[in-house]
Amino acid sequence: MSVIVTAILALLGLAMAFGALLGFAAIRYKVEGNPIIDEIDSLLPQTQCGQCGHPGCRPYAEGIAAGEDINKCPPGGEATIHALADLLDVDAPELDAEHGEEKAKQVAVIREDECIGCTKCIQACPIDAIMGSAKHMHTVIESECTGCDLCVEPCPVDCIDMVTLDKGHAAWHWDPPKPGHIIATDKPSRIEGVSI
Amino acid sequence: MSEYLLILVSTILVNNFVLVQFLGLCPFMGVSNKLETAMGMSLATTFVLTLSSVCSYLAFTYLLQPFGLEYLQTITFILVIAVVVQFTEMVVRKTSPMLYRVLGIFLPLITTNCAVLGVALLNIKKQNDFVESILYGFGGAVGFSLVLVLFSAMRERIAMADVPNPFQGSAIGMVTAGLMSLAFMGFTGLVNI
Repeated sequence: MSVIVTAILALLGLAMAFGALLGFAAIRYKVEGNPIIDEIDSLLPQTQCGQCGHPGCRPYAEGIAAGEDINKCPPGGEATIHALADLLDVDAPELDAEHGEEKAKQVAVIREDECIGCTKCIQACPIDAIMGSAKHMHTVIESECTGCDLCVEPCPVDCIDMVTLDKGHAAWHWDPPKPGHIIATDKPSRIEGVSI
Repeated sequence: MSEYLLILVSTILVNNFVLVQFLGLCPFMGVSNKLETAMGMSLATTFVLTLSSVCSYLAFTYLLQPFGLEYLQTITFILVIAVVVQFTEMVVRKTSPMLYRVLGIFLPLITTNCAVLGVALLNIKKQNDFVESILYGFGGAVGFSLVLVLFSAMRERIAMADVPNPFQGSAIGMVTAGLMSLAFMGFTGLVNI
């Protein structure tokens, strides 16, 4: 009789100890989702261009979280690589030339009189920034366009141009001050209505 | 020292768990289709096998033996292994997401790997002491990893090969495993313990 009692008590004790351990672990080592993917995704430029080899920015964020290189995003360029390197605490590599070069921000513009209304660019656009319907002229919503140039290739009449919006700091120059907008002077103003 | 080395050589090559003792055959056939998953499985198994070998040794020596409950070893070991695996999974998931991504899906699978229970039982049967049971578990796991990785590399090549219709799929896998097992039989007599 006592043998059975010992056996039951031993197993019971073991099971209770393990149960307590697992219960403790379940609370102590609780994991909520994978917040790192959201953080990476928020750093990517959201062009959904697919130049990294993934179908969009979020899949690439998941790829990075799974250990992929962070230098596959040409639209984001150096700035994105550095931000990702900071977040993930790794060295910032050079942009991988295999996936494309960093370009100034561009938007697609359709030469509207040449558009035949084939809707092919609408299907190609990952962010629905092209308006239009079959056999009607299409146009690009400039504020929505991310400049991914995915719509250029499918166009059968080549009527889509990539126009550089921001020419970069090399092309930047300081506009000369307009007359009457002198910033500081001790002379009395010669222009009426302007007091210095 | 040489004794420990002998245990390693014996478990890795001579008494290889998979090919000589025929333990852990299900992951051997099931997870060997891709080299990458085979490597993940090997790592996870090495980890769990070593850990559970130690834990079940401790449970046996400090709980079952003093109370004369040796006949409860199987059920106790299953309990210990399940808890160790579950606990490890939780800790790894929290502390090292990278490692979890490599091992994650394999850990629960290993709970039911008969090699894990086999090692625990064999440790008792061979009356290994503490260090010996660590080495026995580790050596067994390395042996398992070795043949699993070799076998999956072979299967990747076979997948490309022109295999006759009746032999395709698992059949050629079984034939390959049998030939590998024959090859490992060649190690018999290398070490005598």
